[in-house]
Order: sequence, then structure tokens, then C-alpha cells
Amino acid sequence: MSEVVYLDYASSSRVDPRVAEAMLPYFKELYGNPSSPHALGTRMKGALEESRAKVAWLINAEKPSEVIFTSGATESTNMLLRGAAFRSREKGNHIVASKIEHISVLNTLKYLSKSGFEVTYLPVDSTGILDLEALKASVTDKTVLVTVGYANNEVGTIQPVKEIAEIVHSKRALFHSDATPAVGKIPVDAQKDGIDIMTISSWDMYGPYGIGAAYVKKGSRMEPLILGGGQEFGMRSGTENVAGAVGMGKASELAKLEMAGDAERIAAIRDKMVSRILSEVPYSFLNGHPTKRLPNNASIRFNYVEGESMVLTLDMEGIIVSSGSACSSKTLEPSHVLIAMGIPHVEAQGSLLMALGRFSKPDDGDRVADVLPRIVKGLRQMSPIAPPEVR
Amino acid sequence: MGMYSEKVMDHFRHPRNVGEIPDADGIGKVGNPVCGDLMWIYIKVKDGRLEDVKFKTFGCGAAIATSSMITEIARGKTIDEALKISRQDVADSLDGLPPIKMHCSNLASDGLKAAILDYMKKNNIKPPDWVKIESETEEKCDT
Repeated sequence: MSEVVYLDYASSSRVDPRVAEAMLPYFKELYGNPSSPHALGTRMKGALEESRAKVAWLINAEKPSEVIFTSGATESTNMLLRGAAFRSREKGNHIVASKIEHISVLNTLKYLSKSGFEVTYLPVDSTGILDLEALKASVTDKTVLVTVGYANNEVGTIQPVKEIAEIVHSKRALFHSDATPAVGKIPVDAQKDGIDIMTISSWDMYGPYGIGAAYVKKGSRMEPLILGGGQEFGMRSGTENVAGAVGMGKASELAKLEMAGDAERIAAIRDKMVSRILSEVPYSFLNGHPTKRLPNNASIRFNYVEGESMVLTLDMEGIIVSSGSACSSKTLEPSHVLIAMGIPHVEAQGSLLMALGRFSKPDDGDRVADVLPRIVKGLRQMSPIAPPEVR
Repeated sequence: MGMYSEKVMDHFRHPRNVGEIPDADGIGKVGNPVCGDLMWIYIKVKDGRLEDVKFKTFGCGAAIATSSMITEIARGKTIDEALKISRQDVADSLDGLPPIKMHCSNLASDGLKAAILDYMKKNNIKPPDWVKIESETEEKCDT
């Protein structure tokens, strides 16, 4: 079998070899606790702070100390949402979120609503863009926190972050954005975008697993989630994962330098693939926004077929993708994102998420487009709901 | 893929007896495409035995594999024998299914029963009291 076509970068990425290379010394000759005053500790501390500065550079934070290393994006989201909500209790108990947030956001909000907070979930339009009028109408003087993902992991839609920030700040609430799928793929500028607190992933930008970051703008009301020795400015205790931080720092540096080139190259492969699929497979439709979308995301739904059966069939052809169907999820529910965008349940079942990445090859898109018409047709021939003309 | 047994994957890759029976003696329609799985089972009955069984399915790998498997198990069986095939029997014949797939996607035995009940109704045959549509007693998907 020829090399696989990997289009599942939204589920799991690949560590850039240059990142792995930068980390290796920290598993071999370099060691010591960065909090120790001796020479080895100081050297580790230096590497940690240099890495922090690189992450800060990538998102244009005002100061490196606004970047807190965590164990990953899920921890960052937990820390930021809980920390901001609990710290602001005297101001109010109202939180606003979009309906298409990542499950780590949604489940943290569920927890907060059990802890006395009221959460308003805002609708999005059919392309996944937040309803700004609904946002304006929902924020009040009691609103402490608004959370809207920078870009959506499943359908790639990029939100009007600046406009959202202005509305949020008009009520003196904090603006959290889960920027996991966006950082490193498109320019994210914490200062210009008006973000107060932000979730940042490492592996999504070809860094290592087991590390992530939380951006906390200076002066934001926040309390820590994990208590202990007071590392990370008291915001995240526990001996620092220096090797991970070095990897994330290197990944951030590479992303800053190569983002524009990556985006252009990846989007070209993606665009050709999408246009071929839409024209060669009848009853196929692009999910999300036609232009305001991540350069690496292609989310397409195919009527009359179910997602998991497409994922398995493509896998036999050496093509790795994921689906938004109920059958592929642990909850047996179709994607809440597609449902919020008004896509009927039965159509949401037939969605494929194809996420490209830095290591995508120029002919990857063609290899998918070459086999998909036959695969979809085969499954439609088996489908009792497919009209005769598409079988 | 580690999720499914080799046998499931074999039936998924090479589904047996796909299609419709134009002059079917009974048709069973189970599941709900909104929930992700829909199966139509067609049967042809001759001398009290299932002479032919075919299916059409919209669904995941497990849904397609269980549909394919039931057509193999049921062919040649008497009506009574076929009505006794359970979901567990289908799953066992496939060397097991992931726990999460045991319900929504494992409807083929119910589809077969529905087809036989349809045949019995058309021919004024009273179904035995012990026939149980297993999926009827559990929670439907939440839509």
C-alpha cells in the first residue's frame, strides 16, 4: 500500500521533527528543577522562560508572563473558565457561550451551572458564525464571562472575534476564546483581537502532547485550578514540564515563521479537493463558511450515507479522516455543531471532517477526490433512503 | 481498525445479500435515520422456510455487518427458527460487537422479525406470543 493520506489533523496531529529534535536534550543530558537556585535549575528555568516568550510572541501577548503552561488545552479551558467565573462571583453569576463550543468548554460550563452560574447559549447562523445581535441582547451587568471559540474545530468557521470582544467589554465581562484549532494556523493577536483569556494547544500546531498554555491578560480576574508550590506565577502549580514547554516553544516559533506559507499551500490542496468532491459527488455540500474558515479544514456532508461507514471505507483505501456522525461519537449523538447550524440530523450523520496539515502532500486531495465518488455511490446503493437517481 | 472484529470488517467490506426483493413476501423496516441507523429487511418465504433474505441499510460499520450477517443466518431457516434469532446471536456470529454498538446498530434481528411479522399479517397467520422486538423496550435516541 502506498503511504497513507492523513486528513485527521483535527483529531491528532504530528509532532514536527524539528520540535522533537529540540526536546530531546531535555530527556537526556539536561535536567534539574527550574525552581532550584543552582546552575542546573537556572539553565532549565532559562529554557522554560525562553519557550514562554516564544508562545507569547506567536499570539502577540504584551508580556511573556501572560502565558501559563498547563498540561494541555482541556486543562487550560477548565482553569480559565472556572478560575474566571469563581473569581468574579461578587460581580454576577451569568456566563454566555456559543452553542458550538468544544466539548471541554461545554462540560466545564455544565459544571459551572451546577455550581450556581447561569449559562446562556447563543445561536450561530447556517455557516457557523455567532449571532452578534443575540450576543448584544444577552450580556448584562451580571455577565462575568463570555466564551466563544476563535475558530471551530469541526467546520472551520472563524468568528468575528474583535466585534465579539467589543460587545463583551461593553459590559465589563471577561472574554475567553478557545483558540485551540486557530493558533498557529491563522494569525491570532491577543491584544488586537481583544481577548482577555485564551486556550492554546500545543499538538494542534505540531508540538508535543501533554502540554498546552493559557493566556491570561494582565489584570484579568482569575484564580488557579491547581494548587501547590506556586509555579507558573501561582496560576498552575506542579513542577514544570520543561521538555514539553521547549517543544511547544519551538512549535510556536515555527508556526510564527511558517504560518503564512503553510496556510497558502495547505489551502490550495484543500480548495482543489473540495471543489472536485463537490462537483464529482452528487448531493454533497460544504459545511461551514465558504471563506471565513481555517485554511486546513474541509467539512463535507454527503446525503443518504452515514459517516462512520465512509470513514471505514476510506480507511481501506489508506485515507484517514473522521466523521461527525452519531455512530462515531461516544454519546451516539450527531455533531452538536452541525445541528446548531441547522443541518438536519439525518444529513449531519453523513458528514466527513477532512483536516489537512503541514505534512499534507500536494496530491493528497486528488487521492481523496479520486476514490470518494465510488465509495459514496457504493454506500448509497446499499442505503434504503437514497433516491434511485443517486444509487 | 481495532474497534471491530475481523468478521465484522469482512461483512462490512463484502456485505452479503444486499438489495431489494421486488416481490418480497414480507418487509421489515427498523431504526431511524435521524439516529444514524436504518435497516430494511426483505424476505421470500417458501414452504414455511426463508428462501431468500436481502437487506438495505443506512448506518455505521456495525449496522451494515449485522444486516449482512442476519441474511446468512436466516436463509433456509423455518419461520419459528428465524423468529428466535436474537441480537446476541447476531453479535456472537460476528465474534462480538463493541458495547456501544450493541443497541442502536444491532437491529438486524429485529428487522428480520419485523419482516416475518409483516409476512404473517399479510397471510393472516397469528404470530407466536413469545416474539419479542428487542429494540422496542429500550430508550429511543434523543431527537
